[in-house]
Amino acid sequence: MSNELILALIKSSIVLGVLLTNTIFLIWFERKLVAGMQSRVGPDRAGPFGLLQTVADAIKLLLKEQILPFKADRAMYLLAPIISLVPSFLIFMVIPLGPKINFLFNSTQFELELVGADLNVGVLYFLALSSIAVYSVVLAGWSSGSKYPLLGGVRASAQMISYEAAMGLSLVPVILYSGSLSLVDIVQSQSGNLSSAIPFLNNIVSFIPKWNIFPQFVAFVIFFIAAVAEVNRAPFDLVEAEQELVGGFHTEYSGFRFAMFFLAEYINMFNMCAITATFFLGGWLGPTFENILPPFISAIMPIIWLGIKTFLLLFIFVWIRATLPRLRYDQLMELGWKRLIPASLVWLILSAIVLGLREFGLPWR
Amino acid sequence: MVEFLLFLVPASLVLIGALIVIFAQNPVHNAMGLVLTLISLAIIYITLNATFVAMVQMLVYAGAVMTLFLFVIMMIGVDKKEQSKESIKGQTLLVSGVLLVLISLLIYVAINSNFTWDLWFEAVQFDIEGTPQLIAGTLFTAWILPFEIISILLIVATTAAIALAYDTKKRKQHV
Repeated sequence: MSNELILALIKSSIVLGVLLTNTIFLIWFERKLVAGMQSRVGPDRAGPFGLLQTVADAIKLLLKEQILPFKADRAMYLLAPIISLVPSFLIFMVIPLGPKINFLFNSTQFELELVGADLNVGVLYFLALSSIAVYSVVLAGWSSGSKYPLLGGVRASAQMISYEAAMGLSLVPVILYSGSLSLVDIVQSQSGNLSSAIPFLNNIVSFIPKWNIFPQFVAFVIFFIAAVAEVNRAPFDLVEAEQELVGGFHTEYSGFRFAMFFLAEYINMFNMCAITATFFLGGWLGPTFENILPPFISAIMPIIWLGIKTFLLLFIFVWIRATLPRLRYDQLMELGWKRLIPASLVWLILSAIVLGLREFGLPWR
Repeated sequence: MVEFLLFLVPASLVLIGALIVIFAQNPVHNAMGLVLTLISLAIIYITLNATFVAMVQMLVYAGAVMTLFLFVIMMIGVDKKEQSKESIKGQTLLVSGVLLVLISLLIYVAINSNFTWDLWFEAVQFDIEGTPQLIAGTLFTAWILPFEIISILLIVATTAAIALAYDTKKRKQHV
């Protein structure tokens, strides 16, 4: 086997391991946080601070009986959880975790980029895979052969399709601003500090890092709302509105197939936060303290920075879930089509005008 | 060897998907077969270094168009075996005729090229970094007029669909 192949295998297994352990921690994090916000204790029996609660739940789900509903369409019923899980793992592959590092492996000098694959169309890859994930919801709802999952599936897919449009449109100004479709380049374009042509303003803003969130704040807000809706989290969790639809599209799923949907939801949430951090919060950029810290720790500082930013966003995700009531279905559709999409279009045109002026100057000169 | 495998696996998936489209009894299975074909085709595009085309294929065809197909199948409720009868007369004859022409064309091309063709393009051969820029450059300079005309055509079609579906009389009664 060639060295590249071995490296690719190592990369893939690291991604798999990180995402799985991270999900276990994430579920605990969310339950603890929501409990705290609602003046409850939350899980505290299994392990220290209830950390092993998720592990116990996972083992329980693994050992449970798998039930195939009588009216289910067998092939599609078994396929749906797999379709939901695979894109969530694949999306993580394009998120850059750090700059290039040099190291020795099999007595060969390697220059490794801390990213699964640096695609020159990374943004499109992300959007394409999140649109593939819609199939899992549609198929799970349809193949269960029961009315609640069908309604949940139809709702979820309509929601995901409409918010995907807003999400894609809100990313276009960011791409214009960074001048690249590659996530690695988008992170690189955010290095350095803000600057202004006016000297007085320049003194004020030159301390602020050149993250996309500052010039593209409107895009950030639209993208974040669309991201919450895209991963079907509260207040947009109409998919599993338990008062109306029992459990939504995964009502009929049990045991490990249910766990796969659950896992995919949390990995998607984590991915969404990491992608938001990459697009708007400078990704892995941050001070590495090369002079103070030992070289090994300063080498992994970028990963730590990305982790901090991601968990800050995850905190907001959980915070929103714990505090906001669920939207009604027509309100959800109105917010998507009548507010977010027009707002992102207007913002796109404004950004394009500003960038054009900066590039070519005023048209009458 | 790796090149051959990278062609063989997606190519056979394309064929399997196409066979599912033709032979599966349930329309939802047919639609998913088409999704398999489209995604495997995207993989073949990637091996040919057309990453941008591959992503657009996934985003537009596999992502958007086929989801709407699936939606319509589920909503109209034609997901029963007996509803998928032939509705246009002479359909089979017409399709087999077109297929015969296509297959003979394929055989002609294969014979003409002495059965040798590239399954794989080296990244050096084509500038892989250039695909989005290359396409955008051509599209927005040389082909800007056709591009804009097509976009207007699409908007006209959408507006017409809304105008046809929007029942003005019914609306007025409600208000």
